[in-house]
Amino acid sequence: MMNSNEPSSLSPSKAPTGIEGFDEITNGGLPQGRTTLLEGGPGSGKTIFALQFLMHGARHCKESGIFVAFEETSKRIMSNAEGFGWKLEELQPKKLFFVDAQPTPDLIQSGSFDLSGMLAALEAQTKEMRARRIVFDALDIVLALLPDAAAQRREIYRLHGWLLERELTAIITAKADGDDASSLNQQQFGFMQFMVDCAVVLNHGVVQGVSQRNLRVQKYRGSTFDEHESPFLIGKGGFEVAGARTLGRVDAKVINERVTSGVKRLDTMLGGGYYRGASVLITGFPGTAKTTLCGTFAEAACKRGERTMFVSFDSDFAEVMRNLASVGIRLDSYVKSGRLRIISVRTITGNAETYLLRIKTYGKEHGARCLVIDPVSTLSSSASELTAHGVAERLIDWSKSNGMTLVCTSLVDEMSNRSSGVSPLQISTLADTWIHLNYLAQAGERNRGLSIIKSRGTAHSNQVRELILSDSGVTMSDTYTAGGEVLMGTLRWQKESAERSATEAAEVAGKLNLVKLNAEEAVLEVRVKSLQTELMAKQVEKTLLARTKQSRERELSRGRTRMRELRGADAAIPGLKVSKQ
Amino acid sequence: MSRRVSYKFRLYVAGDTQNSAQAVANLSALCKAHLVDRHEIEVVDVFRQPKRGLADGILMTPTLVKLVPSPTRTIIGTLSQTQPVLQALGLETVVA
Repeated sequence: MMNSNEPSSLSPSKAPTGIEGFDEITNGGLPQGRTTLLEGGPGSGKTIFALQFLMHGARHCKESGIFVAFEETSKRIMSNAEGFGWKLEELQPKKLFFVDAQPTPDLIQSGSFDLSGMLAALEAQTKEMRARRIVFDALDIVLALLPDAAAQRREIYRLHGWLLERELTAIITAKADGDDASSLNQQQFGFMQFMVDCAVVLNHGVVQGVSQRNLRVQKYRGSTFDEHESPFLIGKGGFEVAGARTLGRVDAKVINERVTSGVKRLDTMLGGGYYRGASVLITGFPGTAKTTLCGTFAEAACKRGERTMFVSFDSDFAEVMRNLASVGIRLDSYVKSGRLRIISVRTITGNAETYLLRIKTYGKEHGARCLVIDPVSTLSSSASELTAHGVAERLIDWSKSNGMTLVCTSLVDEMSNRSSGVSPLQISTLADTWIHLNYLAQAGERNRGLSIIKSRGTAHSNQVRELILSDSGVTMSDTYTAGGEVLMGTLRWQKESAERSATEAAEVAGKLNLVKLNAEEAVLEVRVKSLQTELMAKQVEKTLLARTKQSRERELSRGRTRMRELRGADAAIPGLKVSKQ
Repeated sequence: MSRRVSYKFRLYVAGDTQNSAQAVANLSALCKAHLVDRHEIEVVDVFRQPKRGLADGILMTPTLVKLVPSPTRTIIGTLSQTQPVLQALGLETVVA
């Protein structure tokens, strides 16, 4: 995990256990050079815890260790631990040493005895291998041989004194009565709890039919620790404790990069897509295409070349692929190339904690950058609501701190929660973006409506959109609001087609008008031309008129001259006279 | 028959601590009473031979192991309660 095990947060006086989560709870591990009491019922994981502590010390802290086995033989312990891949054989006997100290069943006891012989033997062994860690597994077995409480107390003192003197970091495991470890009534354990510096209680119970393992640090002298019960799991690599809820949490880097949801218009609605590293919650009734939206996201992520993990709680791997393929989302090639990992888990097995830890493990293994969990509400059905909430919280926390973009869906039960889209896990408060899918039943049909309830840090549309699934993919469409009601499906189509025909009519009318106008224009043009012609004619007429007038005047004046000539006027003009003759 | 059987013991002690010293004393008294001339006692001080105690899986001291005759028997403690010890060693019937 990125937000844990930072060297700076490790106190020098702590011995890391290497158990994921536990070192966080205790801020670094067990008290160095001190004794820790590990209590728990049968099968609660005490031996594994203790063995992992030794293994981690030997392998990673240069601290060799001794395992004193009072109950199981070292052979059995070894074979039980084989599955964890710890390779204990490599460490033996120099770094890890097993002491088989099981009392023989036919052991007869007569008179008092003590542990000094064993301690002397261990002393020699400790010196030889310079052991720094030691485990006494099932000390209660030995204590039971002692005749009375006083003797038990004496031997515990002897052991504790010896451990302190050698400054060994020790774990003493002891069985607690029944499942409830807090009901320790045996005197010696009560006494031991006071004596040791750290006490850890392992609990394995069944809550509403779901197996639940919890770990609680009961006391830890001189150190802060998470006092709450933390669920744990015995997984592939050993003991894993669900991380501390608040301690050691580092705020995730804020990234402004956007990643597409795989649906173009949804990206637009969100102002560019989801934020990278954000957690997105998609809620909705059954069949509102929650998985499909997950599919588009996963496909888009794979297309970008990002490693993606798809966790399906409801459907089988093949079913998911088929269903998504039916709406044009094809993931098979990515699965084949290994970029996409689909994990289908049946709800019946395991509890919320187990799921979370598994998701974490697989996610880490896969190196996932994008994560889909469909549906996350499964967690609530496999645990009490409180635990499930914690799990969901940590899931978001974890994905965020790893920069993973998380898309999870949550089923909303239509019957119980018709009006409000309340998510049972209340992840909605933690999620950055919350998309709600809804059915709108109207005019005898159901249509899918999509709305964004919240989206932190992004401008987002407040409009309900209709989500349309077809074999070519997922698209969204504007809805129509008419008289305060949102129209979808056929009604929307009707509205659309009505509008279409209205537009057509308007177009035709426009065209007609144009033609009319053209005609009118032509008529006018013609009229203009004829008028012009007329004008010209008039002008010509006018010119003619003027000319006629001139010539008439000239004619008149000439006539006068002629008349004068003809009258023989004395003032004859010789020139004219001559010419006339 | 049984009278002639020789006994072989190994007694693990932790130095001369009280319990250990008591066990040594109790064992020799027992042998004197019931196994005259037919016993052998090896005393292992785990303080001096710590590896031995570890190798033999000795948890508590004192511990008495009856090696011969078989079966092997292990008795822890100071051996102060004689009856159970005799019973465990198969010596009771002889006494009776």
